[in-house]
Amino acid sequence: MEIPKSFLGYKRENGRAGTRNHVIILPVDDISNACAEAVANNIKGTIALPHSYGRLQFGADLELHFRTMIGTGKNPNVAAVIVIGIEPKWTKRIVDAIAKTGKPVEGFSIEGVGDIDTIAKVSKKAQEFSMWASEKQREECPMSDLWISVKCGESDTTSGLASNPTVGNLMEKLEPFGVHLCFGETSELTGAETVCAKRGKTPEAQEKFMKTWNEYNDFILKEATNDLSESQPTAGNIAGGLTTIEEKAFGNFQKIGNLKFIDVLEPAEQPSKGKGLYFMDTSSAAAECVTLQAAGGFNIHLFPTGQGNIIGNPIEPVIKLTANPLTAKKMSEHIDVDVSKILSRRMNLDQAGDELIKATIKVANGRLTCAEALGHKEFVMTKLYRSA
Amino acid sequence: MPGTDIIIHDKKDNVGVVVIEKITPNQDCNCWIMENDDSTKIQSKNEIPLGHKIAMEDLKEGDTIIKYGHDIGKVVKAIKKGEHVHVHNVKTKKW
Repeated sequence: MEIPKSFLGYKRENGRAGTRNHVIILPVDDISNACAEAVANNIKGTIALPHSYGRLQFGADLELHFRTMIGTGKNPNVAAVIVIGIEPKWTKRIVDAIAKTGKPVEGFSIEGVGDIDTIAKVSKKAQEFSMWASEKQREECPMSDLWISVKCGESDTTSGLASNPTVGNLMEKLEPFGVHLCFGETSELTGAETVCAKRGKTPEAQEKFMKTWNEYNDFILKEATNDLSESQPTAGNIAGGLTTIEEKAFGNFQKIGNLKFIDVLEPAEQPSKGKGLYFMDTSSAAAECVTLQAAGGFNIHLFPTGQGNIIGNPIEPVIKLTANPLTAKKMSEHIDVDVSKILSRRMNLDQAGDELIKATIKVANGRLTCAEALGHKEFVMTKLYRSA
Repeated sequence: MPGTDIIIHDKKDNVGVVVIEKITPNQDCNCWIMENDDSTKIQSKNEIPLGHKIAMEDLKEGDTIIKYGHDIGKVVKAIKKGEHVHVHNVKTKKW
């Protein structure tokens, strides 16, 4: 198949391009959720991104909170941003960082004003942003404007056999076009960690990967009360035939095809070494991982599933594929691309990779994913430890 | 080409994955080895559902399960060729 050279995206002020055109109402903290949701309910064409944290966090955990908030606002799938926090200082820090992209952003704080007057004030600004964004048109963008993140979920052995290798095939075909690519799931490479480390393009990238994996593994060993059965692999993984974390890891690893990664990113960190594949240090929980990748600037997501994970994200469209014929049949409303014919050898990986590329471009051009049509908007912050 | 019942990732693997809805006891199964596009046959001893593994050889306690050509865990209860391989007879070496 000849790979298309472009897609139709929204060009942003900073030179990036979006596959979506969202106006988001971003609460800085848990107690500002009510206000953000009220505004999003008042003003059509806006979405609130409620979450559970943002108070009394400190150190690396607080930095990650800011990085996630700021990265979400900067993502090119977002046209304009309203930030609402209880206090003005942290709100301003987020607004100022998002403003560097050149996109419209405004912050509001609730303290001393109350919800009702804040909602009225914010709604006026949100209406202005929503109507402004609605004028934006899709334009032809080069493939290199696609930043593709990947993460699998509710995996089973069909993931390692077929749906993950399909993603790997897409990566091999699209990398030469200069796309940015990202995989994560640190703990879920356990058992395959040394094989994965060898895929680092430089000795620095290899060492950084092993350091990151070792730190995550030490944390798991410290907190574990058993062998993690039913957590990693999950009960769903086990039902699908996956027996150990090592088996799951080698299946997971198929998603990067034969590519090498150029750098290891902190959670929610934006890549800075140019086009190519990056590894991001993330949890293997679907919503946490995709939220971090979206905050890293990725604008379209590929999600292979075996037993049928149903996750979506509010700003980054999540394309699901499965090679499990039972899942494709029983959960068809969640599956964008069915590659189950690989198992019966009526489809090969090359054909499956082409199908996935076609679906990716359709979604980049604006076609809703199953998760979007079903209203999945899981926005889940990663918290490193307890608040002070 | 006969239908494929079991796919084996790598020729070094001692387990294969069932890729039809299920295999029944004493079923003669066609296996496809992805790595070198070779094929082999095996007779099952148990009913094994889609996605679950079958032992391609006799395995004793302490043996290593090889899949994708790599170590994916240890045998904790002896397994006969053709038997179901899963959490009841294999454990992680990691956690």
